[in-house]
Amino acid sequence: MTDLDRFLSTFFNLEVMARYLPMIVDGFVLTTYLALVIIATGLTAGLLLAVIRSQQIRLVNWTIVFLVDMFRALPPLVIIIMIYFALPNVGLGVSGFVAVWISLSLVLTAFAEEIFWAGIVSVSKGQWEAARSTGLRFEQALLYVVLPQAVRLTIPPLTNRAIAITKGTALGSVVAVPEILTQAQTGLSFSYNPSTLTLGALAYLILFVPFVVFGRWIETRFAWKR
Amino acid sequence: MATTDHAILDARAIRKSFGSLEVLRGVDLNVAEQELVFIIGPSGSGKSTLLRCFNRLEQPTSGTIVVDGIDILAPGVDINAMRRRIGMVFQSFNLYPHLNALGNVTLALRKVLGKPRDEADEIAMAALARVGLAEKAKSYPNELSGGQQQRVAIARALALEPKVMLFDEPTSALDPELVGSVLKVMRDMRESGMTMVVVSHEMQFARTAADRVVFLDKGEIVEAGAPERIFGSPAQTRTREFVTRIEHR
Ligand SMILES: Nc1ncnc2c1ncn2[C@@H]1O[C@H](COP(=O)(O)OP(=O)(O)OP(=O)(O)O)[C@@H](O)[C@H]1O
Ligand SMILES: [Mg+2]
Repeated sequence: MTDLDRFLSTFFNLEVMARYLPMIVDGFVLTTYLALVIIATGLTAGLLLAVIRSQQIRLVNWTIVFLVDMFRALPPLVIIIMIYFALPNVGLGVSGFVAVWISLSLVLTAFAEEIFWAGIVSVSKGQWEAARSTGLRFEQALLYVVLPQAVRLTIPPLTNRAIAITKGTALGSVVAVPEILTQAQTGLSFSYNPSTLTLGALAYLILFVPFVVFGRWIETRFAWKR
Repeated sequence: MATTDHAILDARAIRKSFGSLEVLRGVDLNVAEQELVFIIGPSGSGKSTLLRCFNRLEQPTSGTIVVDGIDILAPGVDINAMRRRIGMVFQSFNLYPHLNALGNVTLALRKVLGKPRDEADEIAMAALARVGLAEKAKSYPNELSGGQQQRVAIARALALEPKVMLFDEPTSALDPELVGSVLKVMRDMRESGMTMVVVSHEMQFARTAADRVVFLDKGEIVEAGAPERIFGSPAQTRTREFVTRIEHR
């Protein structure tokens, strides 16, 4: 057996791959679902917080900034473990899936709020003034004039951040969420062959490459010259 | 000429401070229907601040401002309803970059006046035609010259049928060859009876189009009168010095 053969049978063992494919597919479906709910929750909550922050109510803003900084600073794994292992002590037990969903959503919310906020702030004061001078209310100026411009500026950093954070779904393997990595590791422990990990890596590529490409597309689609 | 009983804009004793800096020190200004009042003054004299008080983009520290019979500083006044009757044109145009010319003009028609899309489009097209840009309706701001952008900005204000239009140095950001097109639109508006307050350094325009020139210095009106008089034989030394300086630029 040559080195190459050994390498292929260790990492690209088609027979092992075929056997564990259904498991990885289950993990893939679950990871996709988890990633989508995290993105939906995180982006919505982040945008909402940025909008609330634009009202410039001092106490509210301090609270937002404090929470945002906290969730940007904490490692996601720490948050997951706290929610999964600590909350049951106060009678709030949640499943691993929910723990990961809440944790990563909080982290994405924090980053998204900062990104949306930076976008809102970067829109020139003149845009607000033009809008308000035609009689638009604050919320209307925000919704129809400022946010469309702010959101375009935020698409590249938001895409990057969303990808980075949803990749953290792999942390679900710590709290028994049957996502891709968990399934791949389970497969490994049964088969003693890391080809299941190769398959898992492929699954991640299939999941995230379109995401990256979509981000790139949306970036050019909404770009406009100043 | 100007009679106070037909005042569209009546500002009295306007004071405005930013912190300890008093920018306006008791300004009285009365603008009659169809009048064109031209405001001149050195940089930092408070011209922009005064205009911005007129639609409450800036909140005066004290004083009263009555526009079309309504005290816009009164508590509980619907300032958004008032603002659409007070058009404002900015030095930097401030067109919405994500909307084309038509979209820029229709936004307030639809969201403030609640016009359905067809009707808003129709009104907007008429406003764009008035500024000579009907064929640019589908162009985005970045596809328009500065002069064209400023004319779209004028159309955006005009479409709401304001009672008075405020211009803050509308041609200062333009290349010299584009200034004429904007001034022509302003002249047309004046001819059709629009009440206008213009802050600008275009003295030639002031001479030929203004009813009254107001010289503002250090937050106070130093002198006001017909353009021939302010430019020809100003009574105050400060006015004379400013006018001489600006004419010899
Ligand atoms: N938001 C603000 N906060 C603090 N100071 C301000 C503010 N806006 C204006 N000022 C100050 O008020 C003074 C008058 O400003 P304003 O813009 O009204 O002058 P201006 O006559 O329009 O000058 P210019 O010809 O340069 O446009 C300036 O000293 C300016 O620095
Ligand atoms: Mg100014």
